[in-house]
Amino acid sequence: MEYINIFVKSIFIDNMVFAYFLGMCSYLAVSKTVNTAVGLGAAVVFVLSITVPVNFLIDTYLLRPGALSWLGEEYASIDLSFLSFIMFIAVIASMVQLVEMIVERFAPALYGALGIFLPLIAVNCAILGGSLFMQQKDFANVGESAVYGLGSGIGWLLAIVAIAAIREKIAYSHVPGPLKGLGITFIITGLMAIGFMSFSGIKL
Amino acid sequence: MAEGKEALFSKQNKALLSDPLNDNNPISVQVLGICSALAITVQLKPAVVMSLAVLFVVIASNVIVSLIRNLIPGRIRIIVQLLIVASLVILVDQVLKAYAYDVSKELSVFVGLIITNCIVMGRLEAFALANGPWKSFLDGVGNGAGYALILVLVAVFRELLGSGKLFGIEILGHKAKTIADSTGLYALGYENNGFMLLSPMALITVGLIIWVQRSKNRKLIEQH
Repeated sequence: MEYINIFVKSIFIDNMVFAYFLGMCSYLAVSKTVNTAVGLGAAVVFVLSITVPVNFLIDTYLLRPGALSWLGEEYASIDLSFLSFIMFIAVIASMVQLVEMIVERFAPALYGALGIFLPLIAVNCAILGGSLFMQQKDFANVGESAVYGLGSGIGWLLAIVAIAAIREKIAYSHVPGPLKGLGITFIITGLMAIGFMSFSGIKL
Repeated sequence: MAEGKEALFSKQNKALLSDPLNDNNPISVQVLGICSALAITVQLKPAVVMSLAVLFVVIASNVIVSLIRNLIPGRIRIIVQLLIVASLVILVDQVLKAYAYDVSKELSVFVGLIITNCIVMGRLEAFALANGPWKSFLDGVGNGAGYALILVLVAVFRELLGSGKLFGIEILGHKAKTIADSTGLYALGYENNGFMLLSPMALITVGLIIWVQRSKNRKLIEQH
């Protein structure tokens, strides 16, 4: 039950794009057609659901105050949490590289579809944001953090596919010149965020 | 050094400073750095602190990467850049925690997200890797200031209309329980627009700023 709650919450209520504005850069840049949006969204889901649990393990067993106590009594007082940014980003960058190589080797078709987007993901704020929020939320075990990563990724996928579909349609509408492109996308995202606010308070 | 030959503030170098403030603004034109920009514009104070933090990181990382640009192998440059930026952000985070703990609590994860702030990586990739340290410094100042400009603008609108304050000081008068006890605008029955404090309004405010900017500067209008 706890898992379902975290899952639904991370998709709808704590949506990466609409509630925290994470991953906005690629959200705006790669949302011109639905196909590319689905590709990037899938890659984000993939990477988030791997990096969040990995970073959870690193945080729990290496970085937190007292995390090193499994090494022995004298290590229990060490607090390495100031290193978390650099560890997280290093994990993300190397994971992205690793995922890229594995996908290329075992699923060439998927690699062809995701290829150009995978390297971009290392600098997507949604990925690092996922790990930093995970650190803040104090999950009880790896399972919960994995579900959180997966849910956040799906929430991001949902947002980028929705905006891409709207942008494909809006090409046929008469938008005032200065608002064309970026401006109208911002305003529509704002309106969608208002819609997503109606999910707040849902608890399973 | 090549740039030693031209004056420190030649026309070209001045353009590096002034372009990002208007024609080539990192947020409204280059579409960089929106990720962490919007969530912290509810009040002016965190927005200003965030701007200063980003300004410092952009300038310092631009100069450092520009100094070692010929030593970085092309294939692993992203990781090298990320590590440089991450160390600078750790520095900022520790300083904030030591001297401005309240604000650093308010900014929460968004200080960490400066690492993946597209402005920093975007300027490193697009500028610092190809230019000398002095020019990169100016480029960093310009882009950091351009980012700060939009952030402060959005924060002023949201804090003023949303809670009637700027920097936490009541600008529009004091709001008491009844109209009779209130002062300033509130005595006339004015109400705060609480909706400005919610996240969707940040997006819509930036949309409107882009609208105003592009109506003034027609060459920025997109064609499709």
